[in-house]
Amino acid sequence: MKAVRWVLGIGGDLFVTAGLLLLLFVGWQLWWTDVTANRVQDHTVSTLTRDFAAGPKTGSGPATTEMPSKVPFGKAFAIVRVPRFGADYARPILEGTSRDILMDGVGHYTGTAAPGAVGNFAIAGHRTTYGRPFHDIDTLRPGDKVVVETKTAFHVYVVKRHVIVAPTDVDVIAPVPEEPGTQPTQRWLTMTACHPKYSAAQRYIVFAELEKSYPRAKGLPAGTLATPKGS
Amino acid sequence: MIYAAIWRALPGPLAVRVLLAVVLVLAVVAFCFLWLFPRIAPLMPFNDNTVDPSAAVVHDARPAPTVAAVGTAAVYPLGVRL
Repeated sequence: MKAVRWVLGIGGDLFVTAGLLLLLFVGWQLWWTDVTANRVQDHTVSTLTRDFAAGPKTGSGPATTEMPSKVPFGKAFAIVRVPRFGADYARPILEGTSRDILMDGVGHYTGTAAPGAVGNFAIAGHRTTYGRPFHDIDTLRPGDKVVVETKTAFHVYVVKRHVIVAPTDVDVIAPVPEEPGTQPTQRWLTMTACHPKYSAAQRYIVFAELEKSYPRAKGLPAGTLATPKGS
Repeated sequence: MIYAAIWRALPGPLAVRVLLAVVLVLAVVAFCFLWLFPRIAPLMPFNDNTVDPSAAVVHDARPAPTVAAVGTAAVYPLGVRL
């Protein structure tokens, strides 16, 4: 009898412990990863901003596009600003889309176009956890602006539409989105995030097209980063 | 029973025991947050944000289309990508 009570007691303790550990894991995943990732990403944005400001002046010449092939894997090379996500919203864009990279910011699909270039500048970000840079991706509406800042230029994209696709649907990051094999003539931006929230069953994809690139020296027109009204 | 045994094993007066218990709990939380959880998170089937042919391993059996410009695919144990 005593043995039975002992086994039940230890077993119960183990179940309680397992439950507490699972709760702790949920807390870590949903809260702590945001805390640490936001700290890292804010710091990267500050560093990039300082770096961009200190860079060689390009004068008022045409806005150039950086070739991402020159950017080492995992290195931050741009800042993305989305007025719809808040006036202060700014996240670093790093080269590559591996798990480690997406913990430190928004990832640029290796091999896709450079910011502002003809083709498809495709980026991925977390919808939840790890700073959740694309948490509000479903609030983007056609006409909303997405600004990609690089060392030489501001590239202003305008949201056109969104789709929800299977995780394997790589056509969305083709040079012409959803038309693989077609020679691109337009300058696209594709954002990918998981969907629905707290799941990875599908992908939420937003397509935007370049409106205009402004040389860094010229700066962004006033009001570009104003929060859009309505929903 | 385990917790009662640990409590009994703690030395000193009540205040010291409470303090030691809190320190122990914090140590376990720190171990989980800083070492254990970051290592098991890649095995969790959520938080994937990229489009990727290798996601087919996990999500569906549709043949992955081939495109010249595909994100670098890092494959993790069990074929899971986060």
